[in-house]
Amino acid sequence: MSDVLPIIPPDSSDSLAVLEKSRSTAENFGIPLAVLLEITHRCPLQCPYCSNPVELDRSGKELTTDEWKKVLSELAEIGVLQVHFSGGEPTARKDLVELVKHASDVGLYTNLITSAVLLTRERLSELADAGLCHVQISFQGIEEGLADRVAGYKGGHRKKLEVAKWTRELDLPLTVNAVMHRQNLHQLPDIIQMSIDLDADRLEVANVQYYGWALKNRAALMPTVAQLDECTGIVEEARERLKGRLTIDYVVPDYYALRPKKCMGGWGRQFFNISPAGKVLPCHAAESITGLDFESVRSNHSIAWIWQNSDAFNRYRGTGWMKEPCKSCEFREIDFGGCRCQAFALTGDAANTDPACALSPLHETIFKQAEREAEGETNRFLYRNFAGGTLESENGA
Amino acid sequence: MAGPRNISVSEASRPVLPRHAKLKYDETRKVWVILAPERVLAPDEIAVEVLQLCDGQRSVGDVSDQLAAKYAAPRESILADVIVMLQDLADKGFLTEIREKTS
Repeated sequence: MSDVLPIIPPDSSDSLAVLEKSRSTAENFGIPLAVLLEITHRCPLQCPYCSNPVELDRSGKELTTDEWKKVLSELAEIGVLQVHFSGGEPTARKDLVELVKHASDVGLYTNLITSAVLLTRERLSELADAGLCHVQISFQGIEEGLADRVAGYKGGHRKKLEVAKWTRELDLPLTVNAVMHRQNLHQLPDIIQMSIDLDADRLEVANVQYYGWALKNRAALMPTVAQLDECTGIVEEARERLKGRLTIDYVVPDYYALRPKKCMGGWGRQFFNISPAGKVLPCHAAESITGLDFESVRSNHSIAWIWQNSDAFNRYRGTGWMKEPCKSCEFREIDFGGCRCQAFALTGDAANTDPACALSPLHETIFKQAEREAEGETNRFLYRNFAGGTLESENGA
Repeated sequence: MAGPRNISVSEASRPVLPRHAKLKYDETRKVWVILAPERVLAPDEIAVEVLQLCDGQRSVGDVSDQLAAKYAAPRESILADVIVMLQDLADKGFLTEIREKTS
């Protein structure tokens, strides 16, 4: 296909270069290597930092089995190599095994990103037989008191440990995903040890990113600067000690940084996801930006066309859309002005500089406020659900 | 179940890609890739050739013999290069090996 340009060849100095998604798409917006499929927003957990939009897609709007199969075939055809089955909770879809089987049949590498609480050993075994390549299980903490409270789901932590064990018994590689925030950061050393004990290959230490649900819960989640510094130190030490045994990916929160993150590798440059209802989105929070019209796989456009040509993808591509201070900034092609969703949520205009950047006029105000929240005593969660959230009771749970 | 960890690649090792690392020719981009959780690696031509021979049966020594014969190159330097490349892959967590029973 003429509109799908090649990956930059590997660096000659390294016979096993990790392909950076940005290199594959830097100037030409080639099709991303991996795509996130949020096949449902239904989930038995109610984590207060859920990355789903606050306005969730109801099950009646979800793509059908045949529609997802068509999407999978199309993705493989245009050059996507990996798909992540995510949600909501992807195992809440009865057709998950069928979808994984179809993805494998068309040559896609398949990841399951799951809370694990709905899985039986039999179903996991069926998924393995269907060609599933990798399982990622989220953990909310190290012990059930805190973990089940964060998830708003009794018995969840125990079930996760059980499913992690089955995963390895079935010889599936395991990633532990740990979303970190003020109320569980003290458990990080034990989470690293738990990952070793569960025989995981990979651990994602993902500090909460404050959009959507997490923004609503910021006062209950925001860590202190001291906590974060300690967290970074713990990760660095563990990476060195566990080299070749456990890969640790570390997502830092941007609130206390001076430079914003290159969110999604830049809007529309190396990532897209598909929502339960079939919208093709530049990021999983993109629907929080009002005034953007997202094309659907149910439209008469191909996915490749949507990626290349749709207004939503082109709106914040490159640097032409920028205002000052981004417009004349020497870092404008390094970080592309940070995160568009965060800029929208905190300033009301997605084309503004992400306030995570020290050059944003709002940086001081917003991050001083976050620091105050971090020192505060507000620990009650607003749980994620279809009703727009439910506040945790005074005595917990 | 669990693959061996902290693999030290030697001439006697019998390495193989683990289930979660798949060597594949990417028809769209016309390159070989190794697909792994949240990663796509781009092996160079020599690495691809080595990995195609790594089936868990052949030893690193056998692989080097074959490549030395094919390219009429000194075996010792090929062996050294193969070990470095495979060790790098092992350190990234994308190599397992079949071990002789020692007990």
